[in-house]
Amino acid sequence: MDITTFVIVAVIKVVVVVFILLTGVAYTTLLERKLVARIQNRWGPTRVGPFGLLQPLADGIKFILKEDMVPDSVHKALYIAAPMLALAMSLISIAIIPFGPSITVGGTTTALQITGVVHANGGLSDINIGLLIILGATSIGVYGVALAGWSSNSKYSLLGSLRASAQMISYELALGLSLVGVLLLSGTLSLRQIVDAQGQAPWWGWLPHWYIFPQCVAFFIYLMAAYAETNRIPFDLPEAETELVAGYHTEYSAMKFAMFFMAEYMNMITVACLATLLFFGGWRGPIPHSAPAIVQSLLPVFWFALKVFFFMFLYIWIRGTLPRFRYDQLMAFGWKFLLPLAIVNIIVTSFIVAWRA
Amino acid sequence: MVPLAWYLILSAILFCLGVLGFLIKRNIITIFMSIELMLNAVNLTFVAFANYWNQHAVAVSDKIVPLSGQVFVFFVMVVAAAEAAVGLAIIIAVFRTRETLNVDRVNLLKL
Amino acid sequence: MVHEILFVIFGLICVAGAVNLLVQRHPINSALSLVVVMASLALIYLLLGAEFVAAIQVIVYAGAIMVLFVFVIMLLNAGVEERSTGSKVALLLGIPGVIVLGCLVGWIMISNNQRLGGIRINTADFGDTHNIARLLFQNFLLPFEITSVLILIAIMGAVVLGRRSS
Repeated sequence: MDITTFVIVAVIKVVVVVFILLTGVAYTTLLERKLVARIQNRWGPTRVGPFGLLQPLADGIKFILKEDMVPDSVHKALYIAAPMLALAMSLISIAIIPFGPSITVGGTTTALQITGVVHANGGLSDINIGLLIILGATSIGVYGVALAGWSSNSKYSLLGSLRASAQMISYELALGLSLVGVLLLSGTLSLRQIVDAQGQAPWWGWLPHWYIFPQCVAFFIYLMAAYAETNRIPFDLPEAETELVAGYHTEYSAMKFAMFFMAEYMNMITVACLATLLFFGGWRGPIPHSAPAIVQSLLPVFWFALKVFFFMFLYIWIRGTLPRFRYDQLMAFGWKFLLPLAIVNIIVTSFIVAWRA
Repeated sequence: MVPLAWYLILSAILFCLGVLGFLIKRNIITIFMSIELMLNAVNLTFVAFANYWNQHAVAVSDKIVPLSGQVFVFFVMVVAAAEAAVGLAIIIAVFRTRETLNVDRVNLLKL
Repeated sequence: MVHEILFVIFGLICVAGAVNLLVQRHPINSALSLVVVMASLALIYLLLGAEFVAAIQVIVYAGAIMVLFVFVIMLLNAGVEERSTGSKVALLLGIPGVIVLGCLVGWIMISNNQRLGGIRINTADFGDTHNIARLLFQNFLLPFEITSVLILIAIMGAVVLGRRSS
C-alpha cells in the first residue's frame, strides 16, 4: 500500500471512529438517564423526539449556545488547557483499541484499528506496547483534573480536584497490577495479540478460552479500579453535587464543561472496551461461514459492540443502585484491599504459569 | 541516519540547563525539578549508547547484553522517584515551620 | 531524512521546555514545562527504538513523579518566586563554569563526529519488553531486588517526614 492510500485510509478511519465515538458518548448519556430513571420508577426524557431519542441533540445544542463564562481570577492558560488535555488523553486511548480483524473495501485491506497495520502477506500487527500506552494516557489524564481545579482559583475546585486526583493515582496502581495477571497468561502487551491468544482451543471443548475464567479475581479488581479511575459511583465523591458543589468543574461552563463530560464518558467507553478485549475475548463470537465477505468482516465488530454495551449497562446499573463511598473509606479500599489482592493474584498466577511450563 | 553526537549534544544541553537551574533558582521545588532534568539528560545518554552498542559493536556473548543501557534507565528512574518522594516530604516539613520556599530564608544555621 | 527532521523537532521541544523551566517565575509553570520535556524525551526514546523505556518514562516519570511535584506545589501554594541572591560566588563561578562545560562537551562530540558514527531507526525488536525483562530478571536481579527495598525505605521515610508532629 503506497503512502497516499495509507494516509487517506487512516484519515477515513479516524473520522469514522471519532464520529461513532461521539455518537456513542451522546447516546450513553441518554441511556444513563433512561436507565437510572427506570430504576427509580420514573420515565426519564420522553419529550424530545420519539422515546426521547433526540435528547442528546438538544443537550448538544444547549452546550454550544450557552454563554462561555471565564471568571476573572483564573489562570487563563491552564484553565483553557485542562479540559482539552483530558479530552485529548481519552481520544488517544481510543486510537489503540482494535475493533476487529481486517476489513477489505474495494481492493484495499485495512485493520479495524486506527494504529493497526496489514502486512503484504495478510498478517495484522499492532503496537507492541498498546496496553502501556493506554495506562500512560490514564496517567496523564490526572493532570487534566488537577490543573482544572487549581487554575479555577476557588476553594471547592481545589479541594475537589485534589481529592479526585489522589483517588485516581491511588487506583491506577490496582488497575495496572490487576492487568498483570492477563499479561502473564497471554505473554504480550499488544492488544490484538491478547485477543488472538483468547482464540485458542476452548477448555473442555466448549468453554471459550477467555481470560475472565482463570482471572475472575483480576476482573473484579479491574472493574473496581476502573470505576474509581473514571470517577463513577460508587467512587464519585469528587464530583457529587451534594458534596463539594461540583468538585473540580465548578467554575467551568458550556463548552469546557462539555469537554470534561465527554472525556468522562469516553473514559468509560475505553474502560469497557479494554474489559472486553482483555477478559471477554474482544471480537470473538460465532461467525457463520456462509455470509458474504463484508458481513463476515463486520460481524466481529458487532460482537465487540455488544460486549461493550453490556459493560456500559453494568456501569449505569451500578450507578442507579449503590450509594457512594466516603473519601477515607474509598482510599482505604484502594490501598488496603485492592492492592494486596492484586499482588496475591499476580503471585498465584505466576506460580501456576511456571508450574505448567 | 542521525549521528550519535547529536543525541549526546542534546543530552549535554539538557544537563547544563539543569545545572544552571540548580544554581540560579531560589525556589526549592524548582531546584528539585532541575535535578530531575539532569537525571533525564543522563537517561537519554544511556538509551542512545544502548542503541549504538547494539548497532556498531562486535558480537557479544549474549545478544541482549547491549540492552543494559535501557535497564539502567529503569534503575535511574527508580532512584529518582525515591529521591523525589523523600525530598518533597522534607520540603513540606521545612515549609510547616519556616513558612517559606525560598532557600535563602532557611538560613538559621548560618554563622 | 524523516528521522533527522523528527529528532530536530523533538530536540527543539526538549530544549525549549528546559529553557522555559528556567525562565518561568511560578513553580507550576516550571513543573508543566518539565512534563513537556519528559514527554518529548519519551518520543526521542521511541526514535531510538526503546519502546518500553518510552512507555515507562510517560507512566512513571511524567505521570507519577511530576504529579507528585504538581501536588506539592498546589498544596503549599507558595506563589511567585521572589528575587533574592544568597551566594554571589555560585553565580559568578557557576554560570561561566556550566557554559564552559557545555561548550567543551559539545566541541568534543562535534570533533569526534566521524569516528562515532550514526544511529538508524531500529526495525528489529531490540527494545522489546521480553528482552528487557530477561536482562532485568537474570543479569540484573540483585540490583532489582535492592531497588525494591530502596522504594520501601523511601515510602517509610516520606510517611514519617510528612506527618504532623502532634
